[in-house]
Amino acid sequence: MNERANDYPIRRRELAAAIMADNPDALFIAGLGATAWDLTAAGDRPTTFPLWGAMGGAAAMGLGLALAQPERRVIVVTGDGEQLMGLGALATVAVQRPANLAIVVFDNESYGETGMQATHTAAGVDLAGVARAAGFPLVRTAATPEDARAALPDIRAGRGPVFAAFKVRAEVLPFALPPKDGAWLKDRFRRALLGPAAVGET
Amino acid sequence: MDDWQDGIYRELKNAGVRQVAYVPDAGHSKLIEACRGDGEMKAIPLTTEMEGPAVLAGAWLGGEKGVLLMQSSGVGNCPNMIATAVTCRFPLLMLVTMRGEHGEFNPWQLPMGGAAGPMLEQMGTRVFRAETPESVAETVRAAAGIAFEGLMPVAVLLAQKLIGTKTFGK
Repeated sequence: MNERANDYPIRRRELAAAIMADNPDALFIAGLGATAWDLTAAGDRPTTFPLWGAMGGAAAMGLGLALAQPERRVIVVTGDGEQLMGLGALATVAVQRPANLAIVVFDNESYGETGMQATHTAAGVDLAGVARAAGFPLVRTAATPEDARAALPDIRAGRGPVFAAFKVRAEVLPFALPPKDGAWLKDRFRRALLGPAAVGET
Repeated sequence: MDDWQDGIYRELKNAGVRQVAYVPDAGHSKLIEACRGDGEMKAIPLTTEMEGPAVLAGAWLGGEKGVLLMQSSGVGNCPNMIATAVTCRFPLLMLVTMRGEHGEFNPWQLPMGGAAGPMLEQMGTRVFRAETPESVAETVRAAAGIAFEGLMPVAVLLAQKLIGTKTFGK
């Protein structure tokens, strides 16, 4: 357990709701576990692809999507444990420099799915520092609701790739589960973005 | 001179591939250079092969086709991400240059050389193998068709015989 994070003032579901409200037209990838539930609690959308697995793959998936859709804002919302598993992907993203991609980490210093065990960020590993060192041109951090609000415009429109790390309270919240069928989620997303022909409908 | 790598490049172009994710490998070096020089293709070097299926899933969500180029040792870094392609029925085309077989000098390449094909099959991937230069393009074409029309992971194992024996000067 990591007790320090129990008192962090930023509440993850309020933050998710603020980001979703601020970006009605963005394409979202939600990392597995709590961030997928957070985005669902803020309103399930066809253009959100929530991961139920593929831990460590959210940023890379956002990269492929951002490169395919350079005119659309792409926002990855994931957790610290998930991002720690894919640190190399931050370097891969930085090398590609997709201006339309924002990677947002809700950092509660805990593995929420498995009993709130401490992640490396609880011991001081600095994800924003990793992103900065990898070459992200725009990196934001926030530990208070005021700082979080101030970071929203960069998530929405900053020339990216943007990396934003928010220290959020370590809290176990009621489930808000998105649909679970991956093939259906994929088709729902493609239909909303690309039209019915993209899923074989005429 | 035209060779089997040019054949792969042509088939990827014909299939409409736009994103080329790769971890560098000698056998793919010519193909990688061709893709890097192609204004219609985005060449995406990875830090680990595990990123590849995720990048290509994102590409497909956004309406683009992609390919993952890697060596047999890299297959071992991928299974959990291949599972996502299976679960979500994402197309996933993988071109794997083989080590640990014909004339291999490095014993550390032997385990993944032997396991790459069975591991991919175990993960629900359709596996093809190309042994001769003449068969490569046709095999890649068939694999791409199954991946993008059948929405499933497909791999082409490019036999070490195609690439020649790596010696490190020994």
